[in-house]
Order: sequence, then C-alpha cells, then structure tokens
Amino acid sequence: MAQMNLLQAINNALDIAMAENDSTLCFGEDVGFFGGVFRATSGLQDKYGKERCFNTPLTEQGIIGFANGLAAQGSRPIAEIQFADYIFPAFDQIVNESAKFRYRSGNEFNVGKLTIRTPYGGGIAGGLYHSQSPEAYFTQTPGLKVVVPRNPYQAKGLLLAAIRDDNPVIFFEPKRLYRASTGEVPEEDYQLPIGKADVVQTGSDITLLAWGAQMEIMEKASEMAANAGISCEVIDLRSLLPWDVETIANSVSKTGRLIISHEAPITGGFAGEIATTIQKECFLNLESPIERVCGLDTPYPLAQEKEYVADHLKVFEAIKRSVNF
Amino acid sequence: MNSNTYTDAYENSEVVHKPTFIDGHSVDIPILKILQQDGSVYNGAELPQIDEKLATKVYKTLAFHRVLDERMVAAQRQGRLSFYMTALGEEATTVGGAAALESQDMIMAQYREQGALMFRGFPLDQFMNQMFSNEKDLGKGRQMPIHYGSKALNYMTISSPLGTQIPQAAGYAYGQRLQGKNAVTICYFGEGAASEGDFHAGLNMAAVHGAPVIFFCRNNGYAISTPSQEQFNGNGIASRGVGYGIKTLRIDGNDILAVMKAVQWAREYTLAENSPVIIEAMSYRLGAHSTSDDPSGYRTREEEAKWQANDPILRMKNWLLAQSWWDEAQDSALFEQLRDDVLAAVKVAEKIAKPELRELVTDVYDDVPQHIEKQYEELVSHIKQYPDAYPVTSGRLK
Repeated sequence: MAQMNLLQAINNALDIAMAENDSTLCFGEDVGFFGGVFRATSGLQDKYGKERCFNTPLTEQGIIGFANGLAAQGSRPIAEIQFADYIFPAFDQIVNESAKFRYRSGNEFNVGKLTIRTPYGGGIAGGLYHSQSPEAYFTQTPGLKVVVPRNPYQAKGLLLAAIRDDNPVIFFEPKRLYRASTGEVPEEDYQLPIGKADVVQTGSDITLLAWGAQMEIMEKASEMAANAGISCEVIDLRSLLPWDVETIANSVSKTGRLIISHEAPITGGFAGEIATTIQKECFLNLESPIERVCGLDTPYPLAQEKEYVADHLKVFEAIKRSVNF
Repeated sequence: MNSNTYTDAYENSEVVHKPTFIDGHSVDIPILKILQQDGSVYNGAELPQIDEKLATKVYKTLAFHRVLDERMVAAQRQGRLSFYMTALGEEATTVGGAAALESQDMIMAQYREQGALMFRGFPLDQFMNQMFSNEKDLGKGRQMPIHYGSKALNYMTISSPLGTQIPQAAGYAYGQRLQGKNAVTICYFGEGAASEGDFHAGLNMAAVHGAPVIFFCRNNGYAISTPSQEQFNGNGIASRGVGYGIKTLRIDGNDILAVMKAVQWAREYTLAENSPVIIEAMSYRLGAHSTSDDPSGYRTREEEAKWQANDPILRMKNWLLAQSWWDEAQDSALFEQLRDDVLAAVKVAEKIAKPELRELVTDVYDDVPQHIEKQYEELVSHIKQYPDAYPVTSGRLK
C-alpha cells in the first residue's frame, strides 16, 4: 500500500495499463510532455514514447473520432477530454458512434476498447465552463458505460476495470478531489467491478445515495445526522450506466427512505431516474417521498457557487424532512 | 514528424511591406486525366498498374454496380424495398479506388461507396440481405438499406451521420501504422460532408499524427439538393488539403484509370511516408440523392445531359474495346446475366424471415446487461399477450 492522491492513483492505473499492452495509448490536449493540465498523465510519454502518449490538436471531436478509429482497429485508446465541460464537440462521436458501433454493425466491428477520461464537477471556482457534471447526457445512451470514482482507491480499481472492459466507458473524474482526496492505494494491479454500488456505511433510518465528489458531502451530512440521532446508510453508486438497482432497492427496503444527491441540475438529472425506479421497486416500503438534493436549474455560477451547490447542510435538511415526514 | 511550421511562417516567409492578400485560387490545382471518353488515352499519360484480368474484373464490377442500382430503384418504386441510394455516374471513384488498394487496407466509406465493397467480393445475396433487413443480414437488420459492412472484407459498416468516419479513419490508420500492419485506410466522403467539423478534425489529426490514410472526396456537385457553390466558396475541397499540410491531388472522378493511378500512387506515398493524402475526385451524381428525392426540382436536364455524356462506365468500356479485351457481344451477355441475377436475388431475399426478437437487445454491449435482460423479458410477455399485433416476431418466440 502507498499513500496516493486521486491523480496519482489515476496515473498509476494508466501506467499499469500501458505497461501491460503495447497497443494501449493515452492522448488528449496537453497530455504528452506536460502530462495533462492536472498532471494525470505525468511521466507516461517519457516511459512509453511519443507514439503512445501524445498531445492532440484542440479538437474534442477529433480526439474521440480518432479514438473510435483506433479502438475499431484493435488498439486500446484512453482519450482525455481536458474538462467535461468541453466534451460536447465530441457528443456526436460518443453518442452516435462509440455507443452504436457494435449494434449497428451486428458486431462485425466494435469500439469496446475505448475509454474516455474527463475531469468533471465544481468546487474549484471554475464558473460555468470548468464545473459541469454532464453525466446524465450520457446515461441516456445505450452502449456506453458511465463510471465515477469517489477516492484514490476507487479511482485506480475502477479505471483499470474501465480500460479492460469490452465496451466504451466514460470515466468522470472528480477534479475537486484530484489532490484533496488521499488514501491508501495498493501498488499492485486490481480492479473494482463496474455496475456495482458500494455501501460505504451501513445504517437503519435513511439511505443516502450519491457518486463522485458528492460522496464527501453525503458523508458529512451523515455525520450531522448521526449527531441528531439519525442513522444513515451511505451508498456510492460508482457506476451510473449500468446501475445497481438491487443494492439500492435492498437498502431502501430496509430504511424506507432515500435521498439522492448530485452536482448537476435537478431537472433531467440522473437522480430522477433512480427515484422513479426505486419508488416502483420499494413502493410499499417507503416511509416518505424520495428526495433529490441537486444543483439548481441554472448554469453553474461563480460568485454564488457556495449558495448553488448541493452542500451537506441542504442534504441534512432533506434528511430531517424525510425522517419527520 | 513535422518541420517547425510555426518558425517557418515567421522566419522564412517572403517579406512584404504593404498588405497583400492571397486566396485559395492562388494555389493552382491541376486535375489528373488519363482516359478520354472515346476510350483513347491522353498523350504522355502514365497508366496505372492494370492488366487484362484486373481490367475486366473492374469493368464487371462497374456493370454489376450499374445493374444493381437500376434494379433496386425499380424495386423501391414497386414498394418492395423501403429505401435505396444509387451511385449513378460515380461508380469509377469507388470501384477504381478499391481496385488500387490491397485487401488488407481498410475502407471507411460514407454511404455511396458500395462499388468498393463489390470489388472486394461482397456477394449479391449479402447486399440483398442487408437491404431487406432479413435474418441473414450481417448487420442483423438494424440499419436502413445500403448501410453495408464486412469485417472479413475490411469494409467498415456505414453509419448515417455525415463525416464521422473521417477522424475515425485517421485513428484507424494510426493504429495500423503503430502495429506495423503494412496497410493503409481509405476514407471516402462527399463534398457536402467536408463542411462537417469532423472533416477538419480528421484531416488535422491525420496530418499532425502522421496517419497513413487516403482521404478520398467524391465531389459530385450536390449534397441532396444543395449545389457545391452553396456549400463552400474555396477552390474545391483540394485547397483545404494544402492548408492542413497534406499532399493533395485533384482528379477526374469519371476516369477510372485516373482514379486507379491516383490511389495506387497515394497508397505508395502514404505507406512509405506515414503521412496522409487527400484526393478530390470531380464527378457528378447522375441519380437522385436517394429514392426519397427528385432532382428535377433543383437542377436542369441540360446539366444532367452534359454529365450523362461523361459516363465513367461507358468510358472504360470504350477503353476495353480499344484494347480488344472486350466486345459488344460479351457486354450484352454480361448485362443480361446481371439483370437476371439481381432479380432472382431480390426474390430470395425478400422472403427470408426478419431477425428474431432477441437481436433487438444483443450487441448493445458485449453481453446483455441485467436491466436490458429485464426489459426484454417484459417485452416477450407483452408480445405473447398480443401476438397478432406483432406478427413478425411473435410466431417465433419460445
């Protein structure tokens, strides 16, 4: 075990993936010599050469188009989009191409070897265009897998699983935690399962569900709730597509209450999907309406970031509303 | 890989002391022509590598293409087929391209390049199975007619969104290069698709990263109803190649020998230099965009007649006759046989069953995940409840 921050854990996973297979490539804007604007690919060009780890021109659709071609050819591309806010020029390549490559060809061709890494989320004074959480746009797209880690240990294990998964995976990295989140990470190779939620803390009164950086908020709210005598079960969804209905439904059947929180705006967010499924699965066990604590339906602000975000206090209030319903 | 073009631009440009414009037309772009319409070769023209065997194979492929297109439009008119797209007048660009490549080279096409697939030997019944979305279709009945694909023949399955194959071709070729495959990728697209962002992204990625890809633009004058003068204002598509630092070539797309020469030459270059090439083939879409539009609303008979006289298939036939590699009797027999074959194949393919319901949910992922499995089970019980409403699949459910 070594102490790593989230960036180091990602760098370590990429290093393992590139070492194990010569056809694994890492590329994106500033990814080469500089190691990426957040330094997630630090040292990889030195170690594996400019043909396997390289800068690309500023063209997100070009990066993902290029990656789709590589994956169809049999290489294992790990493409970086510098900020998730800038993934939209590549939306067509991801939604119409990556996601449908296998289906539309009757499995003659596929881009299962593709992994897209991209930093997402707020909390870094990034304003509208360095803070967004666009995961829900992609969960509407069959053929993709969508994964979000919450800490260094999770990041390494899930990223290695994503890279080796035989389906295109979008891996959203919580950039607020890149350096802020540190922890023990095994130096050796390991994988964590995609499509399985992780029960972080067991409890009996209410279930708190989130993913990525929002897990920190949930844990903080859960501590406040504990001080108020409320026992929370805290779950990290980890994978949004496909998502682990069973683990969430089992938990809610036990607690009777559910709060879902995400950074993205509430309307059309993934919490809506979860709430609908869980009310159907657990209708007779529910003690109160499922609550969503999310971003407002506004663009991501700058000066009012603190007010805007779904913070632990808003979650704590939702917990009280739910328990006292 | 590249010389430092940034330093070059600053230090090695000609210096002027008053503002001076240049434009796309400042670059002279010659057009390669080898074969004349009467079947004679231009004086001093360099022929591609072609012998009698290859030449007759190419011509038979062109003839098959013409017959298939004519017959399938008729089948669509009769209501036997939902949709079709011909490549009338442009057949030389795709058949000639494939004939100039090696079988290990990947073809990534737009949608009007079935000629390349024909040359590679995709069987008639497979064309039919795809068009009739039956259970023998390699694509499992999932895409509209003419969206062919074949892993075995290195022909990437067509996708409808325009231009998406262009950056993909750059990536595919880059992978071929890194793995030492001794293979290139050819990427076909139209002049309309060259307005998409993916065109610019793809050319730039290929040029910067040194991908052995041949970009082949079929400039056929129209994007559905929009003429090329309303599509761009530069000197064709070729002028853009120059801007991206890509070796650029403009050819007569109705001249099969020019197409073959250009692609053979481009292949040799791109493989040796790990650097892309762009070819702009000037041609004309003699047919409609698809069976869903009627060109008489947006262009004149005179314009069409001018290009009818440039028929690439007739041009090649004239050359073959001049070589004494072909005669009129063989020609009539070939076309007659092809028409019979196509008609017979239509009759077989339209009777083959549609894919089973299960194919609705396979291949979304490598395995069917739990949530889709559950949706499938719910759908099966629903269909069993109302079998008459879903006659195509209900009878075959277990």
